[in-house]
Amino acid sequence: MNPSDTTTVIGFFTGDGFAGYADAVAGIVFLIMLATTLIGGIIACSAERLVRAVSGLALCFIGVAAIYYYLNSPFVAMMQMLIYIGAVCVTIAFAIMLAAPEESKKNGPSGPLSGPLGLITAGLVTMGMAGLAVNTTFSVLPKENMGEVKLIGVELLTSYSMVFELVSIVLLIAIIGSLVIARHGRSK
Amino acid sequence: MSILNLHNSLNTYLILAAILFGMGVYGLVTRRTLVGMLISSELILVASSINFMAFNRFTAPDPTVGQIFTLFIMAIAAAEAAIGLSITIAVYRNYKTVDTEDLVDLKG
Repeated sequence: MNPSDTTTVIGFFTGDGFAGYADAVAGIVFLIMLATTLIGGIIACSAERLVRAVSGLALCFIGVAAIYYYLNSPFVAMMQMLIYIGAVCVTIAFAIMLAAPEESKKNGPSGPLSGPLGLITAGLVTMGMAGLAVNTTFSVLPKENMGEVKLIGVELLTSYSMVFELVSIVLLIAIIGSLVIARHGRSK
Repeated sequence: MSILNLHNSLNTYLILAAILFGMGVYGLVTRRTLVGMLISSELILVASSINFMAFNRFTAPDPTVGQIFTLFIMAIAAAEAAIGLSITIAVYRNYKTVDTEDLVDLKG
């Protein structure tokens, strides 16, 4: 592969021999994963019951992991499956089970921004960001490397070692802090 | 451009991230419970991660930087979920509810 060739972005699925067939399959799979992400997101933000919202969130994360794979990052896709689906979704499911928010006496959304006004707000934000993204021309710089997993490891332990350690400390403090907060007031 | 070639275009990913961000904002302003707001904030975080990864693939000269940044975002999201869970449980233990409209002690 020629790293200086930036006009055609190199993907996993653009082979040389049966390029057309592989491209068609890759495009169809991408469309399915795009639909998965959007449907999961819709379920996550609008489902009445919170258990269904968490399930929609997991579905959305599966689609996002596939999208990371299409963005030449299989390692990040794997970490997405491990951390988001395996840890974050399960944590939120535990929060639902322990705090039992389904016992709320009032159902459905309320407040000034619920209903159509909230929909308009979210729509305006979406339209603004999407319009800004489409109407801007981004300068494409020549690639220095292909972003292999080995290079990620080298960069993590050389250029970004300080941030790596800080994130470790943040995670440690978050674990200890969450234990302390959740433990507080539990006398029995 | 063919619809089967959408995955080679930067705009696809940016628009997807904008839609996910909008869904997160919608959930954040309409949800009544703390756990629902936590779920919506995860959507917002994942939208920002998609933006980083899209620019990382299509425009950045060094594609490792965006991947490392996305990994850091994931770590922060995990920490945020843990803290959010513990705060939710503490609030539920003290107030017997996680409805945001009942938590008005600081409203004055």
